[in-house]
Amino acid sequence: MIGVVSYLVFFLILSLTFGVAVLGLNLQWGFTGLFNAGVAGFIAIGAYTMAILTGPSRDAVFGGFELPFVVGLAGAMIASGIGALFVGLATLKLRHEYLAVATFGIAVTIQLVCLNWEYLTGGTLGLIGIPNPTKAWAEGPLIQNSLYLAIVAIVVGLTIAALELIVKSPWGRMLKAIREDEVAAASLGKSPERVRLEAFVLGCMIMGLSGALYVSFIGYVSPWDFLPILTFQIWTMLIVGGSANNRGALLGALIVWGVWTMSGFVLSRVVPSEIQARGGAMQAVLIGLILVVTLLIRPRGLIGEELQVSRHARS
Amino acid sequence: MNGGPALEAIDVVAGYAPDLPILHGVSAHVEAGEVVSVIGPNGAGKSTLVKAIAGLVEVTSGAVRLHGRDITGRRAHRLAAEGVGFVPQSENVFATLTIHENLIMGGAPMPKSVAMERIREIYGMYPVLQERMHEKAGVLSGGQRQILAVARALLTKPRLMLLDEPTAGLSPTAAGELFDVVRGLSERGAAVLMVEQNAKAALRNSDRGYVLAEGRNRLDGLASVLLSDEEIGEIFLGQRRDAVGPGGVE
Amino acid sequence: MILQHIADGILSGAIVSLGAIGLSFTMKLLRFANFSHSELLTWGAYSALVFLAFFLSFGGFLDGTIGPFSFGPALLLAMLCSCAATSVIAILLHRFVFDRLSRAAGQMTMVFASFGVALILRHLVQLIWGSDPIYYSNELQFAVLLPGNVRVMPDQVFLLVLTMFVVAALHLFMTRSRTGIAMRGVSENPDLARVSGINVDRIITCVWIIGASGAALGGVLYGTTVQLRPELGFGLILPLFAAAILGGAGSLYGAVLGGLIVGLSENLSVMIIPTTYKPAVPFLLIVAILYFRPQGIFGERSR
Repeated sequence: MIGVVSYLVFFLILSLTFGVAVLGLNLQWGFTGLFNAGVAGFIAIGAYTMAILTGPSRDAVFGGFELPFVVGLAGAMIASGIGALFVGLATLKLRHEYLAVATFGIAVTIQLVCLNWEYLTGGTLGLIGIPNPTKAWAEGPLIQNSLYLAIVAIVVGLTIAALELIVKSPWGRMLKAIREDEVAAASLGKSPERVRLEAFVLGCMIMGLSGALYVSFIGYVSPWDFLPILTFQIWTMLIVGGSANNRGALLGALIVWGVWTMSGFVLSRVVPSEIQARGGAMQAVLIGLILVVTLLIRPRGLIGEELQVSRHARS
Repeated sequence: MNGGPALEAIDVVAGYAPDLPILHGVSAHVEAGEVVSVIGPNGAGKSTLVKAIAGLVEVTSGAVRLHGRDITGRRAHRLAAEGVGFVPQSENVFATLTIHENLIMGGAPMPKSVAMERIREIYGMYPVLQERMHEKAGVLSGGQRQILAVARALLTKPRLMLLDEPTAGLSPTAAGELFDVVRGLSERGAAVLMVEQNAKAALRNSDRGYVLAEGRNRLDGLASVLLSDEEIGEIFLGQRRDAVGPGGVE
Repeated sequence: MILQHIADGILSGAIVSLGAIGLSFTMKLLRFANFSHSELLTWGAYSALVFLAFFLSFGGFLDGTIGPFSFGPALLLAMLCSCAATSVIAILLHRFVFDRLSRAAGQMTMVFASFGVALILRHLVQLIWGSDPIYYSNELQFAVLLPGNVRVMPDQVFLLVLTMFVVAALHLFMTRSRTGIAMRGVSENPDLARVSGINVDRIITCVWIIGASGAALGGVLYGTTVQLRPELGFGLILPLFAAAILGGAGSLYGAVLGGLIVGLSENLSVMIIPTTYKPAVPFLLIVAILYFRPQGIFGERSR
């Protein structure tokens, strides 16, 4: 029983952590229509920043400032935001499909930097010993993890509250206007390019936050955690849950991460050990199938956008 | 084959989105050898009508018949093979292809040898095209483009020719030449349905006319009668007040 | 040293060119960025493996090598079969995924779907053939020494000649045959092509066949000159996009030239930056070209 509960806590921490990234992507794609295919890259920036700011000092590697958890979270968001600002300035003028290609390339490049800039990132070994604040607050993994879950839940709650506030503000209405019709949006006064950039940066900051939560919980950061498959997973979560809907984004995170871990569990039991390595491939095929099938049979996801009045219907 | 007029459109409802029709039940017919104009204010659905007949816009209700045979919902390339020629309003030549290649495109429904024979005939009719056959269509002047567009559509010897604002943007001389070409088509027995913005010029070069407004038939009759009709003037003057009507797509 | 980099660049560029032709055509014709296109190279390479085993089982003259090359008639036959098999995969994907989505949803949905399709295709290869590198042949090859101290393998020369042959054949096809002309017409203006009597669906099928066959050839040649790995295509996503975007979507010569530029820049880049960052070079090319000339070198400005 304890085993089930502690596994459930563990599962919720990870899926909600990914859920934060999905919320960031939702702001970009669901509300603004920006195709960011480099999600993993921005999560990685947040994760490494967290590791550098809060991790223990070590020889021959930059960082290890042992700063408090909250400072790490803030730093991770700022670093991802700065990264996104540069990327956005260079690419946001592009058409959708080119933006997808360019951001995909950025994620690949960020991963290369993580892998190779040993002084900053520890190279292939990554950075270890990232403190988890709950270790100082309580004894026993179940209580510690429950506390961490509470932290993640608070972050998710605050993020959703902030996003809801933003989306209902005049700025948020501007986002949707841009998504629907850029020319018309321009006539509302504010420069659509500027608003797109702001939404892109904000969304990437939220992804950085997710990366920071992830490393603090796992305790180490490795370049192999931020492969493009992570981007696929986050996208699948958003598509399955339903874009332009924050509850849908979270639901998608729970479902997709649930399917991922359960399939991993089942495969590890069913598949003979000598071809165990191929179990991971089966999981990936499954995620791909979920994405494609969802698009084909339920393109709006499980919970789509609440108000579906397009401008065509109104005119 | 001759079960009815060359073209018969009955209560056609059509539009770009299924729930947003632009045509709300338009009827028209064209006899072989006849030139018929469709006129009306912006947003009346004139272009949509010819596109629906040509198979580019989905007809959601009503019927289109070609010589008495129902062709409703048939796809555009099948219609071309059945003798429906269509010259769209803009971008009506392949600018990146040569003139010769444009004509080869027009001959797609026919066996290659027949198509090549027809292209030779077309060159005989329009020597200007033969002179420049290896030039890209994009470099042609407006009038020459229009000639090429019509020639491309003519390749299959269509029994029904649909023209969407063929004289738009042409000089009066070039427009006059184009109307001569149109007249020539009908004299060779084709039925011609043309949409025109310039109502007077169109009616002067037609046998009959239809006036559309807001996706519905408004008036029709002999061109000479419509030309002297005062209501037409009103419709066209009225256009400026409610120019942005429903479904501004034209 | 620099000559060797140039030679290597041209050779790897030729593979990129073959893959980029199809990507460029589908980008223009179907108006979406197909992230799964590079997986067709992987499938081309691995399906040739199956056909190769089949043809080798006959023994005789099939089993043997030609001249200085590492392969024999069996691989050439396998390559042709692989083009057909890869085309079938591409057509099925179009029918059941991309075409349905383009009718029901939009381009961006097709891009997502291509993400998913790429994931499925890549990991299926891993499931079926495992993750270890595979070679078509264990024949040893001796490098040919060219003037300027440039070393090339006979297989690489074959790769280059075959690529040139394919491009020349495609050129003739696109300018002389009615289907080729129709392909160019459809990519410029599909509606006008329809009313001209062209069955656009048939043309799109042709484009997938050409694109998939090019990808299959690229994959097999990659397998011959490097090795087969499930990530073969994945590593080529950015180079292929870079080549297609550099050349301008829809342009045959653009894709070929783009591929060569990508191959050369990647190989020459190691003189300036650490080799480990080589995979980022195509990305930098993409950003640069999109910034300065978004329609590509040969592309026409979109309407």
